[in-house]
Amino acid sequence: MRLIEAMEITKVYRLGDIDVNALNGVSSTIEKGEFVAIMGPSGSGKSTFMNILGCLDKPTSGEYLLEGINIGNFQRDELAEVRNKKIGFVFQGFNLLSRTSALENVELPMLYNGLSAKERRDMAMAALKSVGLEGREGHHPNQLSGGQQQRVAIARALVNNASIIFADEPTGNLDTKTSAEIMGLFAKLNAESNITIIFVTHEADIAAYSRRIIRFLDGRIVSDETK
Amino acid sequence: MINIPSTLKISLRALRVNKMRSALTMLGVIIGVGAVIAMLAVGTGASRQIEQQISSMGSNLLMVLPGATSAGGVRMGAGTQSTLTMEDAEAILKESSAVSDVAPVLSGVAQVVYGNQNWATGVTGTTPSMLNVREWPLSAGRPFTEQDVKSATKVCLLGQTVVDNLFGGIDPVGQIIRIKKIPFTVIGVLGSKGQSPTGQDQDDTIYVPVTTAQKKLFGTTRPRMLRIIMVKAKSTEDLPAAEKQVNELLRQRHRIGPRDDNDFTVKNLTQMMQAAEESAKVMRLLLGAIASVSLLVGGIGIMNIMLVSVTERTREIGIRMAIGAKTWDIRLQFIIEALTLSFIGGVIGIIAGISTSHILAIFAGWTTIVSPLSILLAFGFSGLVGIFFGFYPAYKASLLDPIDALRYE
Repeated sequence: MRLIEAMEITKVYRLGDIDVNALNGVSSTIEKGEFVAIMGPSGSGKSTFMNILGCLDKPTSGEYLLEGINIGNFQRDELAEVRNKKIGFVFQGFNLLSRTSALENVELPMLYNGLSAKERRDMAMAALKSVGLEGREGHHPNQLSGGQQQRVAIARALVNNASIIFADEPTGNLDTKTSAEIMGLFAKLNAESNITIIFVTHEADIAAYSRRIIRFLDGRIVSDETK
Repeated sequence: MINIPSTLKISLRALRVNKMRSALTMLGVIIGVGAVIAMLAVGTGASRQIEQQISSMGSNLLMVLPGATSAGGVRMGAGTQSTLTMEDAEAILKESSAVSDVAPVLSGVAQVVYGNQNWATGVTGTTPSMLNVREWPLSAGRPFTEQDVKSATKVCLLGQTVVDNLFGGIDPVGQIIRIKKIPFTVIGVLGSKGQSPTGQDQDDTIYVPVTTAQKKLFGTTRPRMLRIIMVKAKSTEDLPAAEKQVNELLRQRHRIGPRDDNDFTVKNLTQMMQAAEESAKVMRLLLGAIASVSLLVGGIGIMNIMLVSVTERTREIGIRMAIGAKTWDIRLQFIIEALTLSFIGGVIGIIAGISTSHILAIFAGWTTIVSPLSILLAFGFSGLVGIFFGFYPAYKASLLDPIDALRYE
């Protein structure tokens, strides 16, 4: 089954009096277990496209099927539930809650799906272990390096057994060595757990970790290569 | 599904992180709740004091005063004319159906001496009925009797203040005191009543048989003259009827023509006191209302801080939304924060309010009564304030767009 099926997606923003066409009819399909890089210059619409795929935003027109379900008519709270159950996010700026331990940051998604405190703790510990952060669960973000913080974010994305991880420039704030580690972790998750990973990047050497590269320009897909 | 315990934990953590701010915000509620409780305690205390004064005067009382004399158009005021007599008093008791008891009063100020102590006080000549009319029990000894009145014996009952001033620690019953140099035997001590509604010390008094007062102490040219007749109606409902009957009876007895003014005045003390009680109620409401305003201001303080907090934590809200927090998860988080502020503030405020009432009672000497209802009221109100003023910031937070919120710097 196709995991993601986007058909003729457009997105129009209104900035003052001007309509900005962020996406001009984008169609694409992504299968389960793929490892996809989305590239393109600033303002090409790649982030908008990813926000729509990640159910953070809704298309102005066009259809988006996630696991065969049309989520175009979903309300705010229904989208929140989809994000909670199926999707994990990793951001460039990590977006962890400050003054909150790594463990509690990873527990966060489970606060919104009714698991007991013990289940939350066990699952969060397991997720931290899978990203190689056992023993750091009590540390606060400001006590962790950039790479460690991004690992916490990845653990948080994984913890609800998400089937897709969306990563928006996940290595943008990291040095080359740490970037390689993080991309290696993504590759491992993709290979071992069959988690679909879709990430946005500017850098060709980061995009090279993927098996498929989709390039955006002016709100359209200009190339889609699979290795 | 909304997870209340974890939401509560999130909220408490947020409040702990900004300790100073949370404390200052709570201060508004503390002052508000404290003020409501203290002000209501002062108001309730004032009402209670008035009630006590009413009952200390004796309930359902009418006071009949002689009329005013007028000399060449100059009217001298109530009580300057001697128009009331013992016969009037007896007639009122006998003929007015709404009257249950009557006590005559012939009073004056006299110097009282016991041993080497002396004291000037009001001496009231009256009948044994007085103790019933004024609902005034004795704390020691016995009351004087009809027989004492008939034979004008030289016995007296002392108010507590007189006892304190003349006797110190000695038991006064059975002792001889001199009133205007005439020896009187103390046969009883009146129970302590405290201040009258007009602020007079009711215990600074001596009761003697009315006949003794007439013959030995304040004798005038007219032997059976009285200064005041105290009339007790059968019940509060009978008061107006009693007032009317006394008026009619005395007009008839004094042979006052239909067009002439009364040569006496009937005062309804209970009515006056009830008016005072009403005004105390109004005062209590007013105090409560003013205090509520400060609670309202405290609530606005909560809203202000919650709005700041929502803006500050926009990114946090974005993160929570991205990982699956729904509208009500976000709303509840902020409402619980606001409620926690008002709840803790409310509890401290109750303690502050009760302490303030005690301090006022001790240092200002006011009667203050903290009623459980006022505590409940203030606490409930502060809870409502928390929900009401917490809702808007929470609502605002829940409407944020997750993408914008995540990008917020």
